[in-house]
Formats: sequence, structure tokens, C-alpha cells
Amino acid sequence: MNAAFALIARDVRLAWRHPNEIATILAFFVIAASLFPFGIGPEPQILARVAIGIVWVTALLACLMSLDRLFQAEVEDGSLDLLVTAPAPLELLALAKVVAQWITTALPLIVISPIVATMLHLPADGYATLLLTLVLGTPGLSLFGGIGAALSVNARRGGALLALIVLPLTVPILIFAVAAVDAAIAGLSPRPHLFLLAGLSVFALTIAPFAMAASLRQAAE
Amino acid sequence: MIGRASFEAHDLACLRGGRIVFRQLEFRVDAGGLLVLRGANGAGKSSLLRMMAGLIGPAHGALLWNGDDIADDPDAHRARTSYAGHSDALKPALTVAEHLSFHAKLRGQAADKIAAALDAFALTKFADLPARLLSQGQRKRVALARLIAAPAPLWLLDEPTNGLDADSTARLETAIAAHRETGGIVVAATHLDFAGADAVTLTLGERKAA
Repeated sequence: MNAAFALIARDVRLAWRHPNEIATILAFFVIAASLFPFGIGPEPQILARVAIGIVWVTALLACLMSLDRLFQAEVEDGSLDLLVTAPAPLELLALAKVVAQWITTALPLIVISPIVATMLHLPADGYATLLLTLVLGTPGLSLFGGIGAALSVNARRGGALLALIVLPLTVPILIFAVAAVDAAIAGLSPRPHLFLLAGLSVFALTIAPFAMAASLRQAAE
Repeated sequence: MIGRASFEAHDLACLRGGRIVFRQLEFRVDAGGLLVLRGANGAGKSSLLRMMAGLIGPAHGALLWNGDDIADDPDAHRARTSYAGHSDALKPALTVAEHLSFHAKLRGQAADKIAAALDAFALTKFADLPARLLSQGQRKRVALARLIAAPAPLWLLDEPTNGLDADSTARLETAIAAHRETGGIVVAATHLDFAGADAVTLTLGERKAA
């Protein structure tokens, strides 16, 4: 267990020392979301209708940017051999990598998401639920993304392959997240959607460590 | 510390990309022993070391620790094995001391041997230097200092002297001798002659691949 915490601490420290990486991702999130008003027009009613979808899709794409390097960097400098030969279970270490990725990428995205939502005229009733969906849904996103990152680790153009593997897996998360916020805005209870969203993240948690460990062992061969 | 450990291979074969790298390989090292792997490039020295580390499985035969197949209890084998491969596995932004203490924690050990590890490879001066500022030889020394920072009975060293100067090579020899004195086993792929005439040499690639 200590090995996992040490790995989380190391990855968070690395991210802290390379602040430009997360800055790039946050800038991408804001800029990509701000392109939509140019594309579909600045009318607040139209934007308000699509705001939640835009926030979620752009957050998802921004998350994807950091997943690309999640295991790739470990393979390139040889650290993967040390992780695979460490006494701690590789499942736990892979999970630790995802937790660190969530802390360093998803958490900052969640923090600035209300700003992006404001830019897109998200109705006031939706904010609390938006944050809840992000908190409940992004762990699933990171975990499915971790599977994709581990699978595409030895592939050329791994980033494109990663998107092909991960994006279909994230569709259910997107559906329930958007449905929850829509329900809240319409004055209905978002609870069923939030439970399903949390359920998806728990499901991802049960399969992702094993899938990641299996493909990392393969990659280390 | 290890008592009467032994590490041996029986009828070991390695298959990489459909090609037999080596087969019918046999060796035995006892506690305190040093096994030196030799052979031409591509003879399978690195593959054998990775097999010993449990990173790749044997195509045939088995590696035995105290008579038990290492594949039967991979967790125990990982706990007793310290593998130093080709790459230094250094993160440019982390300092030397951070690398060593992370490695100790990763291997579930207390980070109390960092000073000794730094001292063993003359790295104390560079303890707080980020890895991106280190020279090639210094990087290699950090990778080797991991062996001291997180002790394990079995050392697997892939070309450990690559990039090391004479002084650092001597330090590595001292570290290996000290490790063997406590009953540790060292397997090293190297072209240099290590001090210690009692080393067992295994030359790969002499047997013709069918």
C-alpha cells in the first residue's frame, strides 16, 4: 500500500515540477469550449441548451491529452521495468498512476469547469449538479483512459489509438452526466443519473486495475 | 542475511519473436556467488536477465530459487530480486535523493539507507541535483545506488559498468563484494573482468540454435 502512495506522491511531484503540462491542458479546455459560441452563434438560449454537453466533451478530450503519457513515459525511460519487478502488486501500482493522473488533471479541470460553464450560459440550477457529475464521472474516465493508455503503450501513434479505445468506453459516462444536469435544470431529481454515473466509475474501478496490469506486463516483455 | 540460498536454471530456453535465443541452459549459483554472463551481442544476456527478473517467462525449463520454481511464487521472487537494466529509469525533474527514496518505498522498504547508497557511489554531493543535470556516468551510478537503497538478495545487473569511469567501476566492485559477503547472489552481464576469481562464467551463444 505504501508503494502505491509513494507512486502517487512521485507523480504529483513530477506534475508540480512540470506545471506547463497541466497549464496546456487547462488552456485547451477553455479554448476548445470557447470555440463553440463562434461555431453555433452567441444566442444565450442555444448555448444554454448545449452548454453541459460542451463542458463534458471538452473536459473529456482534455483528460485524454494527459492519458497519452501516463504509461508511455514509464516505458520510454525504463521505469516500467522497476514497477513491474517491484514487490507490490502491479494492479495497485497501475491504479496509483491513475489516481495521480486524476489528481493532477481531472481535479484542476473540475475546478475551472464553472468558469467554462458560465462562458456558455449554463443555467444557474445546473452548476451544483455539473460539479457532482464531474466528481463522480471523471474517475471512471481516468480509469477507462488508463486501460487505453496501457493497451496503446507500445503502439506508434499511441495517442490516436488511445482515443479510439477510450472514447467509445466513455459514452455511457457522457450520457448519464449530461442527463443528470439536464434533469437538475428541468427541476427534476438528478439522483438516478448520478447513481448510475457513480456505478459506472465503480465498474471501471473493478476492471481497470487488472486490465492495465495485464497489458503492462505484456508491454514489459 | 539470506542463509543458504541457491539460484539455478534447468534446461532453460528463451524464445523471442519466434527465434530461439538460447536453449538447454543450465547454471547454478549459491549464496555469495557471482555469475558473469558473457556472449556476443544478441546472444541473449539481456533476455536471460529479464527472465531471471520475471519480466519474461521461459519458453521451456525453469529458474529455481532454493529448488522452487520462481514462477510458482512471483510475488516472493520480485521481493528478493533487484533488477538494474539497460535504462537508468530516471525522471529528469526528480533529484537523486528523491529517486532513491522513491525506489526504497516502491519496494516496500524504509528509506533509511539513502545516505549509504549515495555514499557507496559517491553521489552525496549530487543528492539534491535533478537528474536532468547529471552526466551519463552519474545517471548510471544513481541506477546502481538503487541496489543499496532497497536491498534484495538477488542482484541482476545488465551491463552495469556501461558509462562508468575507473573509480565508479571500483565502487561497483566494492558494492558487489559487500553484497556477496552477506550471502547475496549477483548475476551480471558484462565484458569487464570483475574482481573475484571465484565468479562462475556462463557464455551464451556457444550452443548452436536449431
